[in-house]
Amino acid sequence: MGGIPRRPARPAQLRGIRDRRPGSAPSRDAPTAMTISLTDVHRIAHLARLEIDAGQAEEVRAKLDAIFGMINQLAAVDTQGVVPMAHAQDLMLPLRADEVTETDRHALYQSIAPAVENGLYLVPKVIE
Amino acid sequence: MITAPITLLSAALRERRLSSVELTQGLLDRIARLDPGLNAFITVDRERALADAKAADAAIAAGRAGPLTGIPVAHKDILATAGMRTTCGSRMLATYTSPFDAHVVEALARAGTVLVGKTNMDEFAMGSSSETSHFGPVKNPWNPECVPGGSSGGSAAAVAARLVPGATGTDTGGSIRQPAALSGVCGLKPTYGVCSRYGLVAFASSLDQAGPFAQTAHDVALLLNAMAGHDPRDSTSLDRPGEDYARLLGEARGVKPLAGLTIGLPREYFGGGIDADVGQALDSALAEFRALGATTVEVELPNAGLSVPVYYVIAPAEASSNLSRFDGVRYGHRAATYGDLTDMYRKSRAEGFGAEVRRRILVGTYVLSHGYYDAYYLKAQQVRHLIAEDFRRAYRTCDVIMGPTAPTAAFRIGAKTDDPVQMYLNDIYTVAANLAGAPALSIPCGFDRNGMPIGLQIQGNYFAEARMLDVAHRYQQATDWHRRVPAVAA
Repeated sequence: MGGIPRRPARPAQLRGIRDRRPGSAPSRDAPTAMTISLTDVHRIAHLARLEIDAGQAEEVRAKLDAIFGMINQLAAVDTQGVVPMAHAQDLMLPLRADEVTETDRHALYQSIAPAVENGLYLVPKVIE
Repeated sequence: MITAPITLLSAALRERRLSSVELTQGLLDRIARLDPGLNAFITVDRERALADAKAADAAIAAGRAGPLTGIPVAHKDILATAGMRTTCGSRMLATYTSPFDAHVVEALARAGTVLVGKTNMDEFAMGSSSETSHFGPVKNPWNPECVPGGSSGGSAAAVAARLVPGATGTDTGGSIRQPAALSGVCGLKPTYGVCSRYGLVAFASSLDQAGPFAQTAHDVALLLNAMAGHDPRDSTSLDRPGEDYARLLGEARGVKPLAGLTIGLPREYFGGGIDADVGQALDSALAEFRALGATTVEVELPNAGLSVPVYYVIAPAEASSNLSRFDGVRYGHRAATYGDLTDMYRKSRAEGFGAEVRRRILVGTYVLSHGYYDAYYLKAQQVRHLIAEDFRRAYRTCDVIMGPTAPTAAFRIGAKTDDPVQMYLNDIYTVAANLAGAPALSIPCGFDRNGMPIGLQIQGNYFAEARMLDVAHRYQQATDWHRRVPAVAA
């Protein structure tokens, strides 16, 4: 996976990245220009439930590699002790009264489903 | 008359010099004539528009008219509309009709606007050129060989070609401001939480914000007045007192209406990265602001250059999660043939999503996957904090920040489609406001050597929309860039 973070601030983590990259020698001292591999592409495509046919995989890999080349600038930034910002606001999830507010609209909602029978969504058999 | 800004149309409607039916019919005819060359609309609903217009005329006759009653608008096709399909520019939702209205759709309907249709966009709002739509690219009204910007390019082009006086967009990394700049109209991204995201098909929930497009800052204020407000159906919708975003525009202030205003100019925005014509247009605009009484100071946003890499971790991460709902089970595209359940997911999603959406899902899945989360997602959130902190510091010495909205004017269709990183760099001046959650506005400020419009970005601190719109309005009182119309629409 692209551009080993250059700053050795959190070595355990950085090693973690390198160690998990399929096909890369776990070298601690000499980070080389690492790239997204085809194995990576197939692994994340599976996680994302996206079919990628063999013919597309190399193009997908090359573009992801370029994107991570840009993203990897972040590795050089000193963020020691910086609190992660998950959101633009200091959010507190608002509470509401425990009352029924939704009416039964399943017929309406299921009217836009690809396949429905007897009020149930139809999918391929999951349990044999 | 029908191509006038909302303020003038509104006066004509209330004085009965024009009916909403006449106005709507006239604009529908314009759409029928001009849109085949622009592809700004995915859906136009004449009957519904004329029915809305009739109802508006009745409200006006009954003395129940507000400033937006009878004004035709279009919604970006990412905002859910009951009874009118909402496609998100995607094959995934090509035939999807929402069972409910988005909050901003509902709010603008309540304000009496006439809904003429839904505008074209980059698929799932992922793009800066409006080229990735399943329904084909949008053309820039100033030159149909150029992009209108994106992702809300259909709304920007529709307002630029005077097909509607106002439209909605959404802005996750610049998707309102950048197309506003490239198409020569005004577009505002409000403070995160000001407009409810209910019914806005989610892309990156911590960044997405709806906002208006219009010809003038004054019109933008009127649209925002209707769109803003608390909505308990969005847990991030802010519960704060309502405000009139046009309240400062009418104040009489003499020849130096911006006396006392300090404009911050980030050193980082005026470096080598911008096109010479964009730089020149900005210099002229700043001279105008000084003539109106404002002073300028240099400010620093030292982490601004990192906003694109931060954005391309956080936005795809949130997108990969949000778009996991499209599984071919409850709504949206389902593949015609498949094996087991996993195969159905994989095929339905691969067919339903276009290349850029698939790419961003993969990037997001990668940065959230086991072993990479800290190095990418957490790291990006930390740098996001540094960027937000930069703004906080800058606003101690200035009231608004000005700079370019985009590094160049509109580029040619196809010029950047094969190079995602080049495409992403279009957002270099806009994404920081999304990461910080702060408001930002783009207004026209000139043209480049090819006659394509250039946008000036006005950023402000949280909840500074009224002041920013006042600043833009004073500039528009003294200049006429916002009144220029592309030849195709003249």
